[in-house]
Amino acid sequence: MIPELGHFALILALLMALTQSIFPLAGAARGIPAWIALARPAARAQFLFLAIAFGCLAWSFLASDFSVLNVAQHSSSRLPAVYRFTATWGSHEGSLLLWATLLGLWTVAVSVFSRHLPDDMVARVIGVMGLISCGFLLFMLTTSNPFIRLLPAAMEGSDLNPLLQDPGMVAHPPMLYMGYVGFSVAFAFAIAALLSGKLDASWARWSRPWTTAAWVFLTLGIMMGSWWAYYELGWGGWWFWDPTENASLMPWLVGTGLIHSLAVTEKRGSFKAWTVFLAIAAFSLSLLGTFLVRSGVLSSVHAFATDPARGLFILAFLAVVIGGSLLLFAVRAAQVGLGGRFALVSRESFLMANNILLLTATASVLLGTLYPLFVDALGLGKISVGAPYFNSVFVPLVLPLLFLTGVGPLARWKQADVPELASRLKWGFGASAAVALLLPLTLGAWKPMVSLGILLALWIAAAVAANLRGRLRSGAGWSANFYGMNLAHLGVAVTVIGITMVSSYETERNLRMNPSDTATLQGYTFRFVGVTSLEGPNYTAARGTLEVSRDGRPVATLHPEKRNYPASGMPMTESAIDYGFTRDLYAALGEPLDGGAWSVRLFHKPFVVWIWIGAVLMALGGLLAIADRRYRVSRKEALDHPPLQKGGRGDLPAAEIPPIPPFSKGGVVAEEGTP
Amino acid sequence: MKRFLIPLALFIVLVGFLARGLKLDPHEVPSPLIGKPAPAFSLPLLSDPARRFGPAEMRGKVWLLNVWASWCASCRQEHETLLDLVQRGIVPVYGMDYKDQPADAQAWLDRLGNPYAATAVDRDGRVGIDFGVYGVPETYVIDKTGVIRYKLTGPLTRENLEDKILPLVRELKK
Repeated sequence: MIPELGHFALILALLMALTQSIFPLAGAARGIPAWIALARPAARAQFLFLAIAFGCLAWSFLASDFSVLNVAQHSSSRLPAVYRFTATWGSHEGSLLLWATLLGLWTVAVSVFSRHLPDDMVARVIGVMGLISCGFLLFMLTTSNPFIRLLPAAMEGSDLNPLLQDPGMVAHPPMLYMGYVGFSVAFAFAIAALLSGKLDASWARWSRPWTTAAWVFLTLGIMMGSWWAYYELGWGGWWFWDPTENASLMPWLVGTGLIHSLAVTEKRGSFKAWTVFLAIAAFSLSLLGTFLVRSGVLSSVHAFATDPARGLFILAFLAVVIGGSLLLFAVRAAQVGLGGRFALVSRESFLMANNILLLTATASVLLGTLYPLFVDALGLGKISVGAPYFNSVFVPLVLPLLFLTGVGPLARWKQADVPELASRLKWGFGASAAVALLLPLTLGAWKPMVSLGILLALWIAAAVAANLRGRLRSGAGWSANFYGMNLAHLGVAVTVIGITMVSSYETERNLRMNPSDTATLQGYTFRFVGVTSLEGPNYTAARGTLEVSRDGRPVATLHPEKRNYPASGMPMTESAIDYGFTRDLYAALGEPLDGGAWSVRLFHKPFVVWIWIGAVLMALGGLLAIADRRYRVSRKEALDHPPLQKGGRGDLPAAEIPPIPPFSKGGVVAEEGTP
Repeated sequence: MKRFLIPLALFIVLVGFLARGLKLDPHEVPSPLIGKPAPAFSLPLLSDPARRFGPAEMRGKVWLLNVWASWCASCRQEHETLLDLVQRGIVPVYGMDYKDQPADAQAWLDRLGNPYAATAVDRDGRVGIDFGVYGVPETYVIDKTGVIRYKLTGPLTRENLEDKILPLVRELKK
C-alpha cells in the first residue's frame, strides 16, 4: 500500500509541476496576475507530494519491504538501519527521486525568500524550475520508477553495494545533489532574464546568494566525495579524474566563474550576456554530469546499471533543456546588453581573465572526459584518458588563476593603478618568494613544482592579508561579503598547500608482512601484530593490527580491515588512518599470502588534510558571503535605492557612475562579451 | 548575434556524439593478449582441490576459458547458453572461478548445472590479473598452440556465440 501511495504522490507531483510551469510562465508573458499568483502555492504543493513520495520509498527501505524491486535489489534485512535509510538514494531510481525532491526543496526556498522580488520575475523563475521538474518526474515515471513491485516478494534483499555502506555516503550524495540542483535557481533566473529582457544590477543581486549557496553545497559535496575515496577505496588517492568526479568538477568550475562574473554584473553592470551564459552553462554541466553517470556512455567506477531507453530519454531531455536555453540565449542575449566598459588593468579585466581561465579549464576537463567517446564514435579505436592528460593540461591553467586570486581583489574597479597595486603587494610577494624558495630545502629534496605551489599559496595568503589591512585602515565597516571572499580565497591557498605537499612528498610501501614484522616509513615504525577475524552485522572481516611508533614512543594503533559481504559477495578494503595536521599515516590490508603473511600497503601523506580543510574554508567563506545584509533588503528599500544601472539596449548608465572615456590611460578598452 | 550562436552550435555537435555514444559499448575493450600465448597458470580444481589445472594440459585442442563467479548476475544470465553449447559438444569449456568462495561456487553449479569440463579456482584473482580480467563474465577462445584468439567481455549470448565464437572455433579446429 505504501509504495502505491508513493507512486501516486509522484504522479500528483508531476501534475503540480505542470501547473507550476504552464500558468506562471504564461501569466508572466501575458500579464495575468491570477496565473502569476499560482506559482508559489503550486511549487509548495509539488514539494509536498515529492516529500510524500520520498518518505514512502524511505519507509519501504526502513521496513525492508522486499516486495518492492528497488528495495530487494539494494538493501537487506541485516543492513544497519542508517544504511537502510541511505540506501533510499543508493540506486539509480532512488537517486533520481532525491534529485527531484531537492529540486522541489530549492523551489520552495525560492518561493519563501523571494518576497522582495517582482512577482512576474518570481513566477518565471518558479515556472522554469517547474519545467525541469516535469522532465525529471516524467523520466522517473516512464523509465525509472522506484516503486515497482516484485511479486512474489523476495525473501531477502541482495544488499546495498558495500562501497556505499559508509558514513561518508550518508552526506556525500545529498550535498552534491544540493549543489547540482541548486544551480537550477541561477539557471532559472538567467532564463527569466532572457524571457523578460530585463537584466540589471538588482537581477544580479538576487541571483548572487542563490548561486553562492549552490556552490557551497557543491564544494562540500565534492570535498566529501574526495575524502570518501581517500579512506574508502584503499588506494590512498584523493582525486582520480574519474568521469563522475569530472562531472562534479565541471559545474563547480563554471559556478566559481559565475560567482565572480555576477559580482561584476552587480557592481559595474558589465559582463551581462556572459553572466547569463555562465548560469546556463553551470546547470547544463550539472545535467550533462547526470547524463554521463546514468546513461553508461562512459565507463566509470560510479556507473549505475545501464539501460539504453534511459540514456535516450536523458539525452532528449538534455537536448530540449540545454538546446532550448542556448537558442533563447542566441536570440535574446543581444537585447540583454553588454554593459559598461573598463580599462586593460582593472578589477573587471582580472575577473574576465579569471572567467576565461575557469572556462578553459572546464573545457579541458570536458574534452578529456568525452575524448574516449569521441574517438570511439568516429571509429578510431578505444582509448582511455587518464591522470597524465589532466595533470598536464589542467594544472598550467590553474597556476595563472591562482596568481589572479591574489591580485584581483586588490585592483580597483574600472581602472586600477598599477604602481599602487605593486606597492601594496611587493612585501607579500617578496616574503612568499623567499619562503617558497627556502622552505622546500627543509623538507628534503628541493623541487620546482613545490616552490611554485608554495609561492602561489603564500601569495594568495599575503594578498588576503594586504586586503584586510587596507580595509581595517580605511575604517570601512563590516561587510560579510568582503570577509567571506577573503576567507574563501584563503581556503584556496590552504588546499593548494595540501595538494602541493602530498603530490610531491608522499611515500608509499607495499610490503609482505608476517606477524611481528616491522617496517619503517619516514621515521615511523610500523609493527604488524597480526590479523584476527571479526563478525560485523552483515559482513565478516579480517582485522589487522599495526602498532606505529616513532623514536620508541607509541604514536597510534591502526586497524585496517578486509571485509567480505556475503549477500553481494563483494570484498571490501577498509583502510585505517591516523589523521594529523601535518601528516596522515595510512594503512590498508591487501591479500592474505601463504604462511600467515599479508600484503600490506603503508602510506605517509604530508599535509593531505589541508586539501579538505581548504575546501571547508571555501564553503564557510561562501556561507559568510550569503549572510551579507544587502541580499536581505526589503523591496521598499530596494526601490528607495534604485539599481546602479538599468537594463540593456544602450540605456545611459545611472548618474552615480560617470561614463568612462573610451580611451583611458590603460590604452586598450575591453568590452564585455569579447571572450 | 552570430557569436551568441556559437554555444548552441557546439552543443549540437556534442549531442550528436552523445547520441552515437549511446549505441557504443564502453565495455567492449580489445585485449592486448589477443594473438599472444595464454598466461600460464596452475590452479586447484573446484571439484578436487588436490588436483590442479593449467593451459599446458590443453595443448593440441581448441577450447574456451570462461571466467565466472557465483556472485556475478551476468554469469547467471549466460549459464543457459553455456549449458546448451556444451550439450552440442562442439568445443570444451573450462571455467575459472574468479574471486569466489569455493563452497558458494560448488553450490551454484549443483543448483544450476555444470557446463564446465573442469573449473579452476582463482580465489584471490591473481591469475585474473595476468589475463587482464576486466569484468566477470569473460570468455577466451584459445587455439591448439595455446594462443588467445578472441576475448569476450560480458555474457555469452546466442548471437555472439553463433556470429563470432563458433565460426572462429570451427576455423581453428581445421
